[in-house]
Parts: sequence; structure tokens; C-alpha cells
Amino acid sequence: MEQRDIVIVGGGPAGLAAAISAFEQGTTNICVLERDVQLGGILNQCIHNGFGLHTFKEELTGPEYALRYVKRAQELGIECRMGTMVLDVSPDRVVTAVNERQGVFSIQAGSVVLAMGCRERPRGALNIPGFRPAGVYTAGTAQRLVNIEGQMPGREVVILGSGDIGLIMARRMTLEGAHVACVAELMPYSGGLKRNIVQCLDDYGIPLLLSHTVTRVEGKRRVEAVWVAQVDESLRPIPGTERRYPCDTLLLSVGLLPENELSRGAGVELSPITRGPVVDEHLQTSVAGVFACGNVLHVHDLVDYVSQEAAAAGASAARYVQGSDDAREADKDVARIPVVAQDGVRYTVPSSISPDLMDDKLTVRFRVGNVYKDRFVSVYLGEERVSHRKKRVLAPGEMEEVVLKRADLCSRPGIDRIVVKLEEE
Amino acid sequence: MAEERRELTCINCPLGCLLTVTISNGEVVAVEGNTCKRGEVYGRKEVTNPTRIVTTTVPVDGSATERMVSVKTASDIPKPLIFDVMAALADVRVKAPVAVGDVVLANVCGTGVDIVATKEA
Repeated sequence: MEQRDIVIVGGGPAGLAAAISAFEQGTTNICVLERDVQLGGILNQCIHNGFGLHTFKEELTGPEYALRYVKRAQELGIECRMGTMVLDVSPDRVVTAVNERQGVFSIQAGSVVLAMGCRERPRGALNIPGFRPAGVYTAGTAQRLVNIEGQMPGREVVILGSGDIGLIMARRMTLEGAHVACVAELMPYSGGLKRNIVQCLDDYGIPLLLSHTVTRVEGKRRVEAVWVAQVDESLRPIPGTERRYPCDTLLLSVGLLPENELSRGAGVELSPITRGPVVDEHLQTSVAGVFACGNVLHVHDLVDYVSQEAAAAGASAARYVQGSDDAREADKDVARIPVVAQDGVRYTVPSSISPDLMDDKLTVRFRVGNVYKDRFVSVYLGEERVSHRKKRVLAPGEMEEVVLKRADLCSRPGIDRIVVKLEEE
Repeated sequence: MAEERRELTCINCPLGCLLTVTISNGEVVAVEGNTCKRGEVYGRKEVTNPTRIVTTTVPVDGSATERMVSVKTASDIPKPLIFDVMAALADVRVKAPVAVGDVVLANVCGTGVDIVATKEA
């Protein structure tokens, strides 16, 4: 069987950053497996700008951001097998894949980095009554049609859900001559970034209807209209508030789901909140030698943070294969402190930390469960509060972070938990 | 003339800082709430001369891999000209090979700003 030090599943921003980082750490026998015919993942269809402000200190479009990583991977001579679909990852890190050239083949990997990304929640998950006419697309499908294929999905558009891709597509469809009647959002707040509401909706006078949902899709062969109603506090449509919007297209931007079929097959423990793997301070999953990063781990809103996280995962994967068997065994038994998400914080990545093994500084990312104004993000080591930072606004659509210092943890032996929570004062 | 205060969301980066811009006699006298210099520049500009980067696609002929090439204004252009820029690009096609940064349309709408490719094809 083919042997590789590291196999990376997915050649999008996470997979490429992980591969480059692992290579730069001295582990060069790497193979990236990508199911598309080109590298870069979803960035290739994200033609809007705003990528790379943290990583490159300049504002790039998605394809430009991707190309920088593709070029770097090529410079280093990292092998990337395109058109290659991974079928299985076993608990002992045998990666089985298929492509046209090799057929079905297996690679024994020293370590595996999961970087498969996420997919969009489809219509089937929403229970919208009505026929199943043409003209209902997820926002990302519409984005691919417009930006890659050069095809307009429709001319009169209603968008359900205010995720970032939906907001971006509201602007994109408008620029290409379509009319976007409204964006309906079930929740009383948007799931997208504020800046996208400003520059994709407000700039073009597109109304954002909070606490609204689609109650009916009209049309048998093609969408003819959708009905939008206001919802009450328990998210049920309020009778009498329905309004009919004649249209030919309904776009859905109602959430992203990490794509973890392979992780599950490998026996990786998944979080019911993020739907991604549960990971430690090295972004290692519950299966030794299997690491995760990017949107397969938890859905990000900024690719810059994906790149940072993936670089950390790649370095961890390299460290894993460079270590001795004894060191790996010792790592398994090391004491880990759970990171607890409380009082408005929905989850943290990572969810456990070993003070002995962590780097000097560790970024812990999290999301909040509601919109909060003027709250403090606090970190407690055991009972002691070590960080307390005020935020004017916190929203579920915007990922937050705190940085933990190894010195702080090591100077407090015996702490049983690390708590990240929101406080009013 | 009384002071006017306008609440804005900075669009420079995904942090989306909440800005309060104070305008007195048509002049910006204060920008608050920003966490970086770009926020202050944006706040001043947004109430006097708002600008945007425009991104779109144009068809490409002769490329083995791409049907469309993504493009952008090389720098921001006045917001009221967004649809004029789109109209100017309506009939533009390019021929492969295309490299990132290639000028697809020079000096779009007399803005002095070029439309440049953002993808290889």
C-alpha cells in the first residue's frame, strides 16, 4: 500500500493551508486529495472582495486569496491529486479514494487532516409546503451558476435566510439585472455579517424582513410566487401576516453543515452543537493522528481564520508524525482540562486543553447563541477570572475568540475547568 | 447648523465596527467606535463621498478550464457609479490566457480606475 506521512482530505483553503504549514514544519511527504478538478474550494466562486485582510493585510477576492495558497503549494512541490474523491478514512488512518486514473486506491497515512468543508442546508430540511417546482436553489448553487457557469438562475428573486452567501447573492443577482424583492429571516437577527447587510442589502434598498419565513411555494413546473409571513416568538407563522411575492426564483441561505461523513466513518467523536469533530488544543480529534480544521470543524465566517486554524492543524499533524511512538503514547494519557462554554457562549474550539502540550498562546474560537449588547467576554481558570473584555455587540453570525496563555494555565495547577462565558459586568 | 450624528457599520473588514460620525456644518468633526485607522477613513468618506469595490464576471474565450473570469475594480469607485460600471462591462469578453491583475477594461466610466482580472483562465 502507498505510504504517506500526511494525507489531507480536501484542497480548499483549509487543506492547502494545512499542507503548506506541515511542509514548512519539515514533513514533506504529503498528499492532498481534492474531489474538484481544481484547488481552492468554494473560494473560486466567491468573487467578492474582503478576503485576506488579516492574512495578507490587503483586500482580495476569493479566487485571488485561493491562488496565493495554490501557488505556494506548487512552489513547495506538494502533491495534490484532483478529481479524487475520498471514500473512507479508517480509524487506523488508511485513506481510501477513487479517481479516473488510479481507480480505487488506498494510502496508509501517518496522520490525516480532515478539511472537507461544509455544505448548505437544503430545502428538504425546511418543510416548506408546496410543490417542488424548478427555481428553488441554495444560495451557493446560484453563486456557482452565476459566477462559474455564467448562467442566471432567474430574474425575480426572494431569498429565505440571511446567511452570508444569501446576502452576497442578493447583491450579485441585483448587479446582474435581477430584482430581489426581499430577504426573509426566521430569527429576529441576521445570521450574516453586519458588513454584508450594509453593502449587499442596504446599498441596493433590498429589505431584510426579520422574524419572517416562507410559508408556501406556488407553481407546479416553475416557481410562480412565494408567500412570506411574520413569525411569533416561538417562530410560528402569524395568521393574517402573509404576503404573496410573485417571483421565479427562491434562494435558500439557511445554514451550513460541516460535512462529516468521513469523520464519522473513522470513528471521530462529533459535537452535537458544531456538528464537527470534538478537538483538543492541537485540533486533534478523538481518533489519534486524525486532525480537523476549517469548516468541517466548525463553520467560519472569515477565511483568514480558516487559514490560521488550518496552519495550526497542519503543524500538529507534522508534529504527530515526527514524534516517537513513546511520545504519542504519552500524549494520549496527558491530563486535559475541559473548556466549558457558558452563559451565551454556545461552544468553543478546542473543547479541551492540555497545559503541558499547548503552545505559549492558544486561540480559542467560539460563537454566541443570541444577539448581545455591551457584554463582557470572560475567561475563568477554575474559579479565577483571568480575562474580561468588553464587546459592544456580539451576534451568532460573528465568530469570536479569546487567547489563552500557557503560563496562566501552568501557574494554576489543579484547575478542573476553563470557562468561557458572557457577563453583564 | 446643529450637529448631526450618524451611526454607520464599517464595511472595511468583517469586524463590522459600529461607527458614530459627528457632522457639524457639513464637516466631519469626529469618528468614534472604530478600532483601526481604516474605520476612521471609511466613516469620513461614507458621509461625504461613499465608494465601493465592484466585483463581477466577464466571459472568456479559448480557456480550457473557465467559461467566466472574475474581475474587480482595481480600487474603489463612487457608489452612484456601480450600475454604470456594470453596464460598461455588459459586452466585454476576454481571450485566454488571462492572468490575475490583467486589465480587462481601462479607466472604467472615466473614474481613472481599471477593471482587472482576479482569476487565471
